[in-house]
Amino acid sequence: MSLYGLQKFLYELNRNPRTQTRYQEERAALLQEYPLDEQERAAIDSGDIGLIYVLGANGQLLMHFAAFLGMPWPSYIQAMREGVVRYGPVRAGVYTMTLGLDEKVAGV
Amino acid sequence: MSLVFAGICSHAPGITGRAELADPALKESFHAAFRHMGDQLHAARPDALIVVGAEHFGNFFMNNMPAFAIGMSDQYEGPIEDPAWLKIERRSIAGNAALSKRLIVEVMNSVDVAYAEEWKFDHAISVPLHFLTPKYDIPVIPANINCQGPPLAPLHRAWAFGEALRRAADLVPERIAIVATGGISHWPATPDSGKINEAWDREFLQRWGRNDKAALLSYTDVETYRDGGQGGFEIRTFIALAAAAGGQGSVQYFKPIPIFAVSCTIGTMSIQCRTS
Repeated sequence: MSLYGLQKFLYELNRNPRTQTRYQEERAALLQEYPLDEQERAAIDSGDIGLIYVLGANGQLLMHFAAFLGMPWPSYIQAMREGVVRYGPVRAGVYTMTLGLDEKVAGV
Repeated sequence: MSLVFAGICSHAPGITGRAELADPALKESFHAAFRHMGDQLHAARPDALIVVGAEHFGNFFMNNMPAFAIGMSDQYEGPIEDPAWLKIERRSIAGNAALSKRLIVEVMNSVDVAYAEEWKFDHAISVPLHFLTPKYDIPVIPANINCQGPPLAPLHRAWAFGEALRRAADLVPERIAIVATGGISHWPATPDSGKINEAWDREFLQRWGRNDKAALLSYTDVETYRDGGQGGFEIRTFIALAAAAGGQGSVQYFKPIPIFAVSCTIGTMSIQCRTS
């Protein structure tokens, strides 16, 4: 478990165009530079937004990764819900889910 | 006295980024109120605008997280987010490094603020500027209160930061405006995005409007997290503004808009000397 490293990666990806290019062109080498466990590495590699959410990544970091991957807003919100269904409740941090799976308060 | 304008506003990225998903009339009513606040800001003829935001890992991360920070540059850039996502074009924004330095030196007499000669604005500043200064014609001095990465500064320190900004503004010859941006209750960037505790928001704004220091500082983070979500930690910016302005607040717009994830809020506060 290296949530800090996971979030550091997202922070640098969000703000650094070179990191974004490297994510596309040499992802394995890029991810080697962060202290990630295998689950975290796989989640980033496959763009598993639901798992990254459940692992406890700060939402302000994660939502831009979802946008970077081309996910429209409703798909991003739904991916987090599906992550909770598949992997269980959020394990760390303050971006927990407090509503039911079907309570789409904003319509998405 | 050189503080000439004080106000609060929402900054949620959905306000611009998801505008097309909102009810058009509702969206336009809020955008119009936002622009009207900009008219009031310009009428005060400020030489600089301090924007007290609650940024979201645009510049500061948990490797070295300042509780409070002020920008000290002649030039900034924003938004840091994908412009297509936020629907605000990226551009450079004028600052005033010399003025920043004078303000920071005074603030440091009571608050150990970090200074930053590099700062990329995220939505906490870029969304308000989009409406308040669409021509980007007022130099901006960005300020930040950490509301994202706990541990967070206690509320009474946010108050002290606001008081320090006021003292600093009063000491410089320039006309200074200050706008604090943030949400009240909200659960952004979670599946709950759009959840809003309207009663809690209204209670907070009543305390803010009468500038009730004791009531504003009585929230604990446990209570705020329970009632206002993790986004509720941003009440720190509105509290700092109350400390800076010292007067009575007037809420000019308040409406929960779930697709924007917050109670959309516009307010101004009269500027008075504090005696206590």
